[in-house]
Amino acid sequence: MFDALSERLERVAGRLRSRGRISAADLDAALRDIRTALLDADVELGVARHFVEAVRERCSAEALSRSLTPGQQVVKAVHEQLIEALGGEALRITYAPRPPTVVLLAGLQGAGKTTVAAKLAQWWRGQGRNPLLVGADLQRPAAVEQLRILGAQAQVSVVSQPGDPVGTAVAGVEEARRLGRDVCIIDTAGRITIDDALMDEVRRISQRTTPHYTFLVIDAMTGQDAVATARAFHETLALDGVILSKLDSDARGGAALSVKEVVGRPIVFASTGEKLGDLDLFHPDRMADRILGMGDVLTLIEQAERTMDQDVVARSADRLLSGRFTLEDVLEQLHQVQKMGSLGGILRLMPGMSKELRQAADQIDDSQVAQVEAIVRSMTPKERADPAIVDGSRRVRIARGSGTSTQDVNQLLKQFREMQKMMRSMGSGAMPGMPTGRLGRLAAARQMASGGAEESLAEMLSSRGRPPAAPAARVSGTPKGRGAKNKKKGGRVTPPKGR
Amino acid sequence: MLALWVIVGVVVVLLATVVVTSGRRRGRPVAHRAPTVPPEAPGGGEPVAAGSIEAPPRPAPPEEPAPAGHRVVEATLRERLGRARSLFAPLRALGARGDGAAALEAAEEALLRADVGVETTEALLSAVRREQAERDGAQGVREALEDELLAVFDENPDRSLRFDAEPDVVNVWLFVGVNGVGKTTSIGKLALARRNEGRSVLLAAGDTFRAAAADQLQVWAERAGAEIVRGAEGGDPSAVVFDAVQRARARGNDLVLADTAGRLHTKVNLVEELRKIRRVADREPGRVTEVLLVLDATTGQNALVQARQFTEAVGVTGVVLTKLDSTAKGGVVISIERQLGLPVKLVGVGEGTEDMIPFDPEAFVDALVGE
Repeated sequence: MFDALSERLERVAGRLRSRGRISAADLDAALRDIRTALLDADVELGVARHFVEAVRERCSAEALSRSLTPGQQVVKAVHEQLIEALGGEALRITYAPRPPTVVLLAGLQGAGKTTVAAKLAQWWRGQGRNPLLVGADLQRPAAVEQLRILGAQAQVSVVSQPGDPVGTAVAGVEEARRLGRDVCIIDTAGRITIDDALMDEVRRISQRTTPHYTFLVIDAMTGQDAVATARAFHETLALDGVILSKLDSDARGGAALSVKEVVGRPIVFASTGEKLGDLDLFHPDRMADRILGMGDVLTLIEQAERTMDQDVVARSADRLLSGRFTLEDVLEQLHQVQKMGSLGGILRLMPGMSKELRQAADQIDDSQVAQVEAIVRSMTPKERADPAIVDGSRRVRIARGSGTSTQDVNQLLKQFREMQKMMRSMGSGAMPGMPTGRLGRLAAARQMASGGAEESLAEMLSSRGRPPAAPAARVSGTPKGRGAKNKKKGGRVTPPKGR
Repeated sequence: MLALWVIVGVVVVLLATVVVTSGRRRGRPVAHRAPTVPPEAPGGGEPVAAGSIEAPPRPAPPEEPAPAGHRVVEATLRERLGRARSLFAPLRALGARGDGAAALEAAEEALLRADVGVETTEALLSAVRREQAERDGAQGVREALEDELLAVFDENPDRSLRFDAEPDVVNVWLFVGVNGVGKTTSIGKLALARRNEGRSVLLAAGDTFRAAAADQLQVWAERAGAEIVRGAEGGDPSAVVFDAVQRARARGNDLVLADTAGRLHTKVNLVEELRKIRRVADREPGRVTEVLLVLDATTGQNALVQARQFTEAVGVTGVVLTKLDSTAKGGVVISIERQLGLPVKLVGVGEGTEDMIPFDPEAFVDALVGE
């Protein structure tokens, strides 16, 4: 996400950074490049113009001549302006004193409202809340059905009734009150902003249910029209914020930059994957870091703290580092990481990820984990503790038991040995490019997390492209589609569902 | 696979360190809820609330806006593109004798705002400048721009949908695209249109991933009186398409409209799955005669990337531009036609069942820049 935009901005930054002096012509050229980069990223024309002018003001001639590193000055100006354009502080969700807190979702067709509704429900469950989903999209065939299925996956109940969407929404809120739910999420039909009848309908839903939060769901791939859409919905519904969907595409997310500026409402949530867990609060400052290719360690840490089982992780991390870990540990780790969302999504948050690694992250298929699990579960406890004893006949048995081939088993065992070696060297601090020891790594993480400061920004920018551990990332093996992933649901292994 | 292991290892170690240390530093164990116990409330837990407003399993077929008679294509496009036309209003306002330089500026702004993209906009405008059209004032600029736009579309003259009317051939039209662009709806509308022409079609519910996608297509199949082949949710989409081709042959249908799950063009595995669907559909007696990329008119420059990647993967033969009835202008198709040579074949201009019409470049350009 934002990759192309960040690449372009980095290139501009790279050219400037090396300069000891920046002439007015240099600055003009850089600003023109920034404008083109923004427009190619679908930032609205007016917003792009304003952005460029604001950057120009921030790096006036005097400021540049005073600075010893004028290039850095420009990069800093862009960074600051990005944070401002993205909305400054994140929105703090508060809850109604008399539950339920009603949340209304609106948007164009295909923006992803129904999926976002289910993801929000799951997110609130993760916050210890008890949400209810209301399916008021009676327009699209089977929309309510889709919400029911997703709701079941998120273990959140769904209510709906055929007929009038306004009545359905009102009845849904009543139901939430009756059941004592504290959050009530209303999914509405997609509508185009120039359809007065449908816009009037959503206005009536809003009037009758008096939502505490009204969110507009916008597709991150939206072009110049994002602003017109946001404005029209804002005039009808008085939005509280925007939810950006499909941010896991290679869309450049210009909509994110435009909407705040024009409507004056922040982006509250962003959806970054197909899993229900792939939704999180949107932090403008962190997104600015991400656009400039600086990773997002804070989000990573938060996700980890929220989802990972501290004791389990700590225990096996020690063993991992000492090289005394078993296949069982590996499996446990995989599960812990999986709880945080898709592997690709997690890797995107790591700072210093090179483009190649980021692309590799996209290709990691979580269904491969299921295969690994099947193989390990087909081993005896003794074999798991000491894979060296796996001989030919054991191999055949394991392959048969896990529905894989002996090659698959061999490959896994080989990779396990490699991994053992790698981890042992990491544990002793021999890994190139990694600060030594646990504390070193922690310090590095903290430093990255603190961000903001100009020095560390410069450091990060100049040191990126050097991944923390960068073997040529390559995902081999037969790619498995989602069909395979889903097959396992009814089949042999069922890893714990996200909770 | 090895990379996966190493990456996971690194992530885990890094996170474990941070989690543990931050937990200790705050002098409290990081609170982790017991994994499987959701906060209980009356009625919580079960998938569907036992409320008084329980709905039947399948929602009632929604009310489609009645198609308002048969509209003339051009009038429809023009009417639907009303908002896009407003972009070029400043250009038009300069009148016949207006200043040429100002007209060029107005044209640039309008093109950029219509999502045409920087590169194509600059190319179009430099062509206009080469002709020194600004000497003839605003009128000259507008006419030159119109010509340039039409020239782009003229590069791809064939916009008909290929159909091989041979015995023992089942034509397969494959619909691909990212999530939420309107693939299923487009198929439904096209099925209706074909039925109205008196031709039978069979629908293949190849979107086995999105919850209830097959149900959605089923509703359309019922409206169009078409047969539908569906598989198990989460099943293999290639198998569904294969079955559909077999069934079509057995029943004497010569056209299968195959739906696929929305997928981001960046997910390699999912694109690979799409390749497989195409391969399977191409097996005798099936023949893939169209691979239609469905694009949402509200999409910006990313549409170009989508078009490029889907074309590389499955050989897209044409574009279906949906949701052109919104305030969006869909100008990015100009870039797609110009840079990739992919013709737009169909446009969706409304929510009515008959609002899926053949693309007419002249009407499109005229609607954008014309008088």
